[in-house]
Amino acid sequence: MADATIRIPTPLRSFTGGAGEVAVSGNTVRGALDALAAQHEGVLERVLDADGRVRGFVNIYLGDRNISALGGLDAELPDAAVISIVPAVAGGR
Amino acid sequence: MKAKDRRLAELRSVIPEITPDEAQRRREQGAVLIDVREPDEVAQGSPQGALRIVRGFLELKVEDAVPDLDRPLLTLCAGGVRSLLAADNLLKLGYRDVTSVAGGFNAWKRASLPVETPHILNQQERERYGRHLSVPEVGEEGQTRLLESRVLLIGAGGLGSPAAYYLAAAGVGTLGLVDDDVVDRSNLQRQILHTDARVGKLKVDSAREALLALNPSLTIEAHPTRLTADNVESLFDGYDVIVDGTDNFPTRYLINDACVKLRLPNVHASVYRFEGQATVFWPSRPDQPGPCYRCLYPEPPPPEMAPSCAEAGVLGVLPGVMGLLQAVETIKLLLGIGRSLVGRLLQYDALEQRFTELQLERDPECGYCADGVEFPGYQEIVTSCRVPVGG
Repeated sequence: MADATIRIPTPLRSFTGGAGEVAVSGNTVRGALDALAAQHEGVLERVLDADGRVRGFVNIYLGDRNISALGGLDAELPDAAVISIVPAVAGGR
Repeated sequence: MKAKDRRLAELRSVIPEITPDEAQRRREQGAVLIDVREPDEVAQGSPQGALRIVRGFLELKVEDAVPDLDRPLLTLCAGGVRSLLAADNLLKLGYRDVTSVAGGFNAWKRASLPVETPHILNQQERERYGRHLSVPEVGEEGQTRLLESRVLLIGAGGLGSPAAYYLAAAGVGTLGLVDDDVVDRSNLQRQILHTDARVGKLKVDSAREALLALNPSLTIEAHPTRLTADNVESLFDGYDVIVDGTDNFPTRYLINDACVKLRLPNVHASVYRFEGQATVFWPSRPDQPGPCYRCLYPEPPPPEMAPSCAEAGVLGVLPGVMGLLQAVETIKLLLGIGRSLVGRLLQYDALEQRFTELQLERDPECGYCADGVEFPGYQEIVTSCRVPVGG
């Protein structure tokens, strides 16, 4: 199991007690997200749909690459991985 | 024999002279044509695409434009005399292959070779944009390009205010503004184009007042309307770059779809509380196509995934930072300089004071911008709120 940091976007921080980063362990991105869900209820449903796929208005990055280019949720985590959840944000006014 | 004529005879014995036709042929093989005439002469017309450096500044400026001393240079003046003197100076400076165009611009026109009438900066413009003119990447040519450019900003609010202000200051000649809203006092915490005295006024009119006060020579095209599928193409028509400073998903998707269809670069930013995102969507960029908004987010969040609108606060300075990044990207695109944010998402976290760069990939299956895909038409998107995810 690798140690990883998940960066939580502001709109989801209400589910993590305000935390912008959550430390987890896992072998894959999916494993890391499961570990996040175990610590903080409600967050995973906002990121994955009922079939466990990444929602169309959210992207997940491993380092600076979208996981869709790295094998999706099954992408393996290097040590000290940084996973970023990046939702679409509309605000501009 | 006058000293001047003796000198010219000497120069003619060492500096080769060619006809305008031959000069044009050599340009096609890589030679650089330098028009060394005075600005008022150039304003009447100049060979198309020529490098224009007035003779008095030739030695000081030529190296920035042509750093390779082995690159063949062709000098041109009105009749072929000053170009000989200029050629001599270039040889002394270290250029090894310099040729003068016999008969100058008069002969050029007689040969029916391509001519253009470039915008020549007037004294006021030289004063105003002096700090740009000193930057080699902008210079006179770049400033002229900015003055001839047309940028359309969607939204004269948090992002649009700083972006429009600096684009106006930079001398982007025509700025279009699309916004149907009026100034509210609660806007003034971040929307710096507007003032307390203009509360209740249309934002595009308030913005025009502020921008023209800063730079009166600009053209401000105010569109006090909401962007819709019916008007988007006519509004975008004739602009070089679109700056997305809107606050809702339906308009962001509409801007994306129209930019994809019309092949325009879409300079994008969004803000939420202390976080911002910026990128440039441009699938039809000539050399290196980038993704579109739909490659990134094929669909907007459904209403149930959006929190109440009242929760959508933002640090007032944040759209300032992000809007200025949009202005920087816009100017780079207009000038064709630097490395744009096409294919990269810049995330800014104001609380951590941290910028993060993420790589964006094109979606080969994208329904709007994938190769070979026919434009599927504009889409009606309904979201109940302006803020995604969360709660």
